[in-house]
Amino acid sequence: MNQPQRDWPLWEVFVRARSGLEHKHVGSLHAADAAMAIDHARDVYTRRQEGVSLWVVRSADIVASDPGEADALFEPARDKVYRHPTFYTIPEEVKNL
Amino acid sequence: MYTQGLDQLGPEHLLKDPAAADAAFQARVDREDKIEPKDWMPEPYRQTLIRQIAQHAHSEIVGMLPEGNWITRAPSLRRKAVLIAKVQDEGGHGMYLYSAAETLGVERAALIDQLLAGRAKYSSIFNYPTPSWADIGAIGWLVDGAAIMNQIPLCRCSYGPYARAMVRICKEESFHQRQGYEIMLTLARGTPAQRQMAQDSLNRWWWPVLMMFGPSDVASKHTAQSMRWKIKRVTNDELRQKFIDITAPQAEYLGLTIPDPELKFDPQTQHYRHGPIDWSEFERVLAGHGPLNRERMAARRAAHEAGAWVRDAAATHAAKQAARQTGVAA
Repeated sequence: MNQPQRDWPLWEVFVRARSGLEHKHVGSLHAADAAMAIDHARDVYTRRQEGVSLWVVRSADIVASDPGEADALFEPARDKVYRHPTFYTIPEEVKNL
Repeated sequence: MYTQGLDQLGPEHLLKDPAAADAAFQARVDREDKIEPKDWMPEPYRQTLIRQIAQHAHSEIVGMLPEGNWITRAPSLRRKAVLIAKVQDEGGHGMYLYSAAETLGVERAALIDQLLAGRAKYSSIFNYPTPSWADIGAIGWLVDGAAIMNQIPLCRCSYGPYARAMVRICKEESFHQRQGYEIMLTLARGTPAQRQMAQDSLNRWWWPVLMMFGPSDVASKHTAQSMRWKIKRVTNDELRQKFIDITAPQAEYLGLTIPDPELKFDPQTQHYRHGPIDWSEFERVLAGHGPLNRERMAARRAAHEAGAWVRDAAATHAAKQAARQTGVAA
């Protein structure tokens, strides 16, 4: 039996705490449309001045990497320590490097 | 080394060998790795979390009722504004928690159906009445105090979304407890009638609040497994003891008497000893026979039904807007 979806669509909420900072994921909520999602995000996630800007994105529109594939996906970076500054030995006398 | 070796197995291995999968999962939990929504997890872990988070969410929602009862009758504009903010927070906490439960693959509508059909539990404490203004003080001080005591260890729960919801909730709860204590303090410093009102309220709430921590460790059927999974970090009895130890001096400061003739500080253990808890009352309330179980459920159902046309109208409006946009694009 194919039941119609009873919940309003799910949205992911991102809040910019103050200008100069990036938007950060804070959680999710249900809303019928984008305008309602912004209104609900205001009420659910910024009751104490937690933000100056909101983003809402339909959860269904987010493409995520598969945790089962995490090893294969991130393994290539594991043996490349030379991408970090601490990999290089510089004499102490040399300053500002 | 054994568990580390297991840990390296990919998901296809996990499905072939459930025992190894469980062991690898336990190893992750043991080294304090957080579990996230799409990670593999044993089905009983998922079901335990859904049950616990949903019960927690329902408690926040039903918890709005006893206090909502006093919004129109708060004794001053300041108290009214505070109470509205607090009740709104409880609603918000319910929203965070339903969202966390949904990450485990359950529909919010299904959880709400379970609550309204009487198939889901919520905290026994919300089935007690709030006949006097002092009850609003007692709820903030004691009920929210006990909730915070329960929730602080949950901030370190092994399941990421639940832990993050708890961090947010704990931050917001601390004003709830302080505003409650402030109400009690005002009454305790007031007229003899006001002092008596505060004392009556403490008398009625004390034992039900101690029951909020759940059955004693020997009787709790979920504790051991939940502790292994690091969903729960501290046992019911330990939390209850901690609550009594910090609350008894607060009552003393108010000049109120905790209604337990056996309550006594034991200098040897540095803990308060308390009298026996009447667990038959707890069982009765959980089974649906508390003072207000029926009224609470009736209020939730009425609110849900009364809101149906709003939900329908919003969905219809959204569909119409979407259709219009597609029309413009085409």
